[in-house]
Amino acid sequence: MFSLNKQAFINATVVSIITIALVFYGSRELQNFDPALIAYLFGTVFAFFGVVYRYSVWLQRPPTRMYYKRTWELIWNRQFFSHLWFFIKEFVQNIGFQKFIYPRGRSRWIGHFLMAAGCTLAFAITFPLTFGWIHFTLNPESGLDPGTVKLYEAHFFGFKMMEFEVGSFMAFMIFHALNWSSWMVIIGVLIFMRRRLTQPGLISTQSFEGDLLPLVLLLAISVTGLGLTYSYQFMKGFAYDFMAVTHAITVIMFLIWIPFGKFFHIIQRPAQLGAHIYKREGMRRGMAVCLHTGKEFATQMHIDDLKDVTKELGFDFTLEDGTSHLDLSPEGKRSRLAMAHLKARQENGGKLFG
Amino acid sequence: MPVTNYSTNQEFFVDMQRCIGCKACEMACAECETNGHESMIHVNYVDRAVTIQTTVQVCMHCDDPACANVCPADAISKDEFGVVHTANTSRCIGCSNCVMACPFGVPKKNEAYDLMMKCNMCYDRTSAGKKPMCATVCPTQALFYGTRAEMAMMRPNSTPVNNFIFGNENVSTKVNIMMPKGSTVLRVD
Repeated sequence: MFSLNKQAFINATVVSIITIALVFYGSRELQNFDPALIAYLFGTVFAFFGVVYRYSVWLQRPPTRMYYKRTWELIWNRQFFSHLWFFIKEFVQNIGFQKFIYPRGRSRWIGHFLMAAGCTLAFAITFPLTFGWIHFTLNPESGLDPGTVKLYEAHFFGFKMMEFEVGSFMAFMIFHALNWSSWMVIIGVLIFMRRRLTQPGLISTQSFEGDLLPLVLLLAISVTGLGLTYSYQFMKGFAYDFMAVTHAITVIMFLIWIPFGKFFHIIQRPAQLGAHIYKREGMRRGMAVCLHTGKEFATQMHIDDLKDVTKELGFDFTLEDGTSHLDLSPEGKRSRLAMAHLKARQENGGKLFG
Repeated sequence: MPVTNYSTNQEFFVDMQRCIGCKACEMACAECETNGHESMIHVNYVDRAVTIQTTVQVCMHCDDPACANVCPADAISKDEFGVVHTANTSRCIGCSNCVMACPFGVPKKNEAYDLMMKCNMCYDRTSAGKKPMCATVCPTQALFYGTRAEMAMMRPNSTPVNNFIFGNENVSTKVNIMMPKGSTVLRVD
């Protein structure tokens, strides 16, 4: 049964209020806010609320809390800058380029990279647009003079950031940026749909709402988004209203669903960088040696933390001699199990039994 | 999960004393579609200095899996049949908590993938009413997948045990280990 998590609720409410305040002031007291996007704004604020709520609940689980605690310790660590540099490098490689997916398959990497890059680009454009932080105006001087090339100005938080010629290549790229992201997402989604509809291993373990619906939703968002441009450019506005409404519905569904479904991994998965830094710091402090194999197998910090976490979760692997079963490497554990089996056989006469 | 033909009257039985170290199971495991063609089974020498005895280890599919409990990312789940599934690829953060917490030493961390992987009882096969790959190829039936009645008939002097003691911890599992007749628990300490 659902019970409200107070701390998570407070965190989510604070972030939502800050977001709304930033929308108010970032759009210069709503002067630059586009009321046509109000539904998207509600969806985005809800998504922020939900993401922060779930993340806060997530951080309270014993294993996650341990990593969270260690993260703060690292911030006050002498190695902070070394870890920060490592984090930046890893962020570019693993979040930017998703290096870790490439060994799993080239088409898988291409598909995921296109989806991730397309979504990131779309987020980077639509969130500030929805919040009224970005808006475009016609340069008044060039606009009044029929003899000059018209200039467009891009404003961020009400400050002029850049200007470009209307009809220029730059304008074409900027005004169609969401179309480029749509194409990236569509290609990525099709690659992943093919995998999910043809690979027996995936078919046997996937679920419609967990794995296929997110792809369908991304496809619907991208196709209707593209349709908006292509409707007025090539189809004389045919089905524009339908596309606009469907696009809004699918995008808002997507936003509202981020905290609950598969899309939450966009928020959660970067924690892998933290896991890498944890391992790096642990290696610096010293490795644990398996009591059975006599070989290093993990960082001592990891094993010690895991002993605490397992106890907190109700598991007690403490052995009679005061050591822990967790002091064994995976190979050591398998061997100890087999030796225990042999011992049981010996105690039963020592013969093979059938 | 989609609709399955998972057979609830068939169980997995491991008889370590029968393992001859042929590694046929390793090859067969790599045929499993749910592993992405990576072998997940473990065949290792118990104590190579003093014996040539090998042992085989599949995931024991614990009733209360330590791996899933210690996972900070909720990446490991147990289904309605008691099968503990390998890490959800989109959630696993590659922290290795599960690798180090599993009392049976089963999960593997694939460093290149930055992902934990483990046996999920050939779910592509068992969910279609078939036997896991390893159990179909094991020449000595150290790995057997079938009914309890079949096992009782084949091994009258053995008892399947699915309770294990690791120090202060009692672990019960879906997979059985064959023990001398009358045994109820395997104590590891």
